[in-house]
Amino acid sequence: MIAALVTLAGVIAQEDTEPLIRWIWITDHLDDILSRGLQHLYLTVASVGIGFAIAFPLAVLASRRRKVAPPITWLLGVLYTIPAIAFIFLLLPVTGFSLTTVAIPLIAYSLLILFRNTLAGLDGVDADVKEAALGMGLSRRQVLWKVEIPLALPVVIAGLRIATVSAIGLVTIAALIGRGGFGQFIQLGLQTFFWTPLLVGVVLSVVMAFLADVLLLGIQRLATPWTRASSTRVLVT
Amino acid sequence: MTAMISLQQIEKRYPGTAAPAVDGLSLDIAEGETVALVGPSGCGKTTTLKMINRLIEPTGGRLLLDGTDVLQRDPVDLRRGIGYVIQQTGLMPHRTVRQNMATVPNLLGWSDEQTAPRIEELTEIFDLDPELLDRYPAELSGGQRQRVGVARALAADPPVMLMDEPFAAVDPIVRARLQDQFLDIQERLNKTIVFVTHDIDEAIKLSDRIAILNVGAKLEQYAPAEEILREPANDFVREFVGAERGLKRLALIKVGDIPLEDGPVVAPTATADQARQAIEDGGFDFVSVIADGELLGWVDRDMLAGKATVADSTPRPFTAYVTARDSLRQALDSIVTSRTGVAVVATEGQRYKGILTLERISQEIIS
Amino acid sequence: MNGFLDGIQWIVNPAHWSGVDGVPSRLWEHVQLSVIALILASLIAIPLGLLVGHTRRGTFLTAQFANLGRAVPSFAVLSVTYLVVIKISPKLAFGSVPTIAALILLAFPVILINTLVGIQQVDADTIEAARGIGMNGRQVLMQLEVPMATPLIMTGLRLAAVLIVATAGLAALVAGGGLGRYVVDGFALQETDRVVAGAILIAILAIATDVLFSFLAKLASPRLRSTDGRKQPPRLISVPTKQV
Repeated sequence: MIAALVTLAGVIAQEDTEPLIRWIWITDHLDDILSRGLQHLYLTVASVGIGFAIAFPLAVLASRRRKVAPPITWLLGVLYTIPAIAFIFLLLPVTGFSLTTVAIPLIAYSLLILFRNTLAGLDGVDADVKEAALGMGLSRRQVLWKVEIPLALPVVIAGLRIATVSAIGLVTIAALIGRGGFGQFIQLGLQTFFWTPLLVGVVLSVVMAFLADVLLLGIQRLATPWTRASSTRVLVT
Repeated sequence: MTAMISLQQIEKRYPGTAAPAVDGLSLDIAEGETVALVGPSGCGKTTTLKMINRLIEPTGGRLLLDGTDVLQRDPVDLRRGIGYVIQQTGLMPHRTVRQNMATVPNLLGWSDEQTAPRIEELTEIFDLDPELLDRYPAELSGGQRQRVGVARALAADPPVMLMDEPFAAVDPIVRARLQDQFLDIQERLNKTIVFVTHDIDEAIKLSDRIAILNVGAKLEQYAPAEEILREPANDFVREFVGAERGLKRLALIKVGDIPLEDGPVVAPTATADQARQAIEDGGFDFVSVIADGELLGWVDRDMLAGKATVADSTPRPFTAYVTARDSLRQALDSIVTSRTGVAVVATEGQRYKGILTLERISQEIIS
Repeated sequence: MNGFLDGIQWIVNPAHWSGVDGVPSRLWEHVQLSVIALILASLIAIPLGLLVGHTRRGTFLTAQFANLGRAVPSFAVLSVTYLVVIKISPKLAFGSVPTIAALILLAFPVILINTLVGIQQVDADTIEAARGIGMNGRQVLMQLEVPMATPLIMTGLRLAAVLIVATAGLAALVAGGGLGRYVVDGFALQETDRVVAGAILIAILAIATDVLFSFLAKLASPRLRSTDGRKQPPRLISVPTKQV
């Protein structure tokens, strides 16, 4: 969709004197691009990381005490619904123009996804496997760490992927308060009607999201070799 | 002799239900015994089983394992000393077969030097392809998984094993094979085993004693299969055991356990007249043809007509014969389907042993 | 806490309730933008989703397209759309057109994928049975697939609606109207109370939209529960990428 728009813009731009991308601008601003990239990365990793550190124990608790699950889900859902622009500017008077103002909403948004996925992953573990594990003499704690969590990993990491891709996109909105990573270039392009920074901002955001997704998927594949195995069957002996 | 497992008036009451799931059951299981808990759905047999390793906590009564009160011990510790097999095996999908089998040894702190040979031993005992050891459970067939499940339960060599419908989840052919293997293994290892099944025939086949349970785990009869079949304690047991008790009892007796009759025999070199005389003397309509103890077949009067010797009449091979290992039930089946009206007993190598008649077989049950 | 109270005070100030820049006016702008965008997006996305899901052709491409759409930040879509519109026709740039276009582009993948998955997860056996008793393609679609897909379609609409309302808040950045105006204008004028007021109003509107559509969804599909007791797979599809 962006590609379509860009192509359209490119076609139109042919008629303009202004080329679509001024490569000089990019080479001139490499430092800037790098530092914004790091800011973007830092915000993403910190927010999702903290979000996971909060959501994970909550989900483990909720899988043990079912009654706790609905209210937590509801609360996190409400937070999730608050638009980023609203959240950021609500915090502005309190935390000012800082990374914290961006991080808090990002953490809040990642909570819902991570909580739901972790809980779903834990719930999805076969009850028979848990019973057999208990029957063999694993303590409840061992069942959690050695059986439930490893088996829940695919779903948990799927949640991490969604949360990370979301966070990368949301960071761009923080450009409004000057902390938006690649979003700053989008804002610059918008305000000065200059395509180059706009495209740089958009493309780099999307590429970063794509790479993060693939990386996490790769980690999941590495961490769960048994999920590959189910397609192969040995001959009956 | 003190029992290995002793249930003394154990009770399980759930809050909110009027009748207890297990209402004061008392049962003793001796060391090395295989006991089956059988009963209709919901009678409390699985609940009883799970109280032995405290997956379900008893609400009353005492439970002794090798003399010690199970309730005084740490449940986790307790379970590491008891093998546990469930219907769906519950193999950990994220661990290889080898890792699954090593679970309890690892929990007990066994070193690699101790665990590895044990796993090899189990692979041999359970007739598993060593290639499977590094596969994941999803890659195994149903029968293979069941065997791994049982092997895993025995990995740390526990004296006691609990099994909850262990063979119910596979098809009948695989089930029969697994049951046969179970009997072989039990002979080798001599563990104390308690298993739950809803299949009375499986219980008859595999156990030393059967506990027939009614609702509330009420013990209706607790005796060896043979006794239950011969003298069911009441109508409930009689109905539960089902029809064809006589045949089921016959299935428990081996041909080799009872004396055989010699039956009419002739050599292939005998004359037709001698053969006809043998038929006359024997009281049957046929005579077996034996050469140096080897069974060649049979002839009757029609086949002898117009022939000089027995060999000329081309003896017909027996369509079915039974060996000493077969059961009387199989012998009966052989009688019913043969033209001779008797079951011929021979060895695997066709060495003639004798015959069994219908009268002889029914004597075993009537006595 | 202070800033929050200032914002509340700003909202309850009757002076701010009249005129073009008054709360009702801006609210109405915001709602208008959102409703138009939602309707237009649905008009294309729902039939397309139904078609692809029913005929089961082109599902892979459609799914990939929708996934791609989810990964692009809304701020980016908004900005790019704006610049494109300016290039095409500078006159249009100063109206609602860029905003609505961007909103449609954002909502489209969400509605599409939910509709598609909604149709796809209708039990294949049930469909086969329906065909077996003689229902033709259209009857199967209208009488079976659509009713059974309704919960997920409604979920898609709900998610799209919230997304639209939230992104419309950013519309003020591209010279649009709506509640976002308070945030942007207040920010420029350093009037923190106005900024916070705008933020509060947008948040309330978003939450209200979510509640409204949840309610509508319940109305539209009251009795659709699996009767055979099969364990439903977790509905992870209904938690999308948060884009705004």
